[in-house]
Amino acid sequence: MIPITHFLAVSACIFCIGLYAVISKRNAIMILVGIELMINAAILNLVAFGRYDKVHYGGQVFALFAIVLAAAAVAVGLSIILMVYRKYKTINPDQITDLRD
Amino acid sequence: MDLILFYAFATLAITSALLVVSLKNTARALFLFFIVLFAMAGLYLFALADFVAITQVLVYVGGVLILMIFAFMLSNKELLSDLQNLSGSFIQLPNWQSLALSLGFLGLMIYGIWQWNQGYSPAWIDQNIKTGQIIHPKDNNINQLGVLFMSRYILPFEIISIFLMMTLIGAAHIARKGEED
Repeated sequence: MIPITHFLAVSACIFCIGLYAVISKRNAIMILVGIELMINAAILNLVAFGRYDKVHYGGQVFALFAIVLAAAAVAVGLSIILMVYRKYKTINPDQITDLRD
Repeated sequence: MDLILFYAFATLAITSALLVVSLKNTARALFLFFIVLFAMAGLYLFALADFVAITQVLVYVGGVLILMIFAFMLSNKELLSDLQNLSGSFIQLPNWQSLALSLGFLGLMIYGIWQWNQGYSPAWIDQNIKTGQIIHPKDNNINQLGVLFMSRYILPFEIISIFLMMTLIGAAHIARKGEED
């Protein structure tokens, strides 16, 4: 059995890489990739703790829920990015200042 | 042996994630993101969550990443390279500031984990270890998950199904309205 702190350390690294992508990138798709990395780190924590819960399987069940939520978020985010690209001809979040003209 | 494989997957995930955030070329970064997701699925296997790993490969690699590459290719050629010539931004900080911020956060979390490792573990983990209620490699995970989804977690399951349908319809609606303009 791999100790749980190893899982926590790896997921902390992945989470911080995602955080770096979210706050430093100038491309909306890369920001979405950073958010996905952070969600993946959270899912790794969930399954690592879920190993100790055989009765309710809470960790794995909510890891699956988190995957579904991330998929929904990506679908909506990408359609918004496409719309914004059509309107502004850029996906740099700096240059997108209003929701409608 | 377990530990060696675990660390192989962990280094694969972390190094390719670092490459993803450091590459200037967005298309290459997106294709490297494949490797990160596969390595994360491998890490889930070591937490004895085989069904979660398979779902990760199906949903993320099969759905999310393909969607991202589509959206990326439907936008501009000039976006192949990261736009770095701008200043005076709203949320984006310069690279070194964001690096310092995330490294500080990493240090904080590692310190927290190290503190947590010093003999303290939650009561429910201790109790489950004592009564033997932890998942073993030979358990029938998928069977148990199916039973639990249809009994204990039926309400969240239905809610998330409806939520997923709503968001997909909403996404299609947003994307469709643009074409009429």
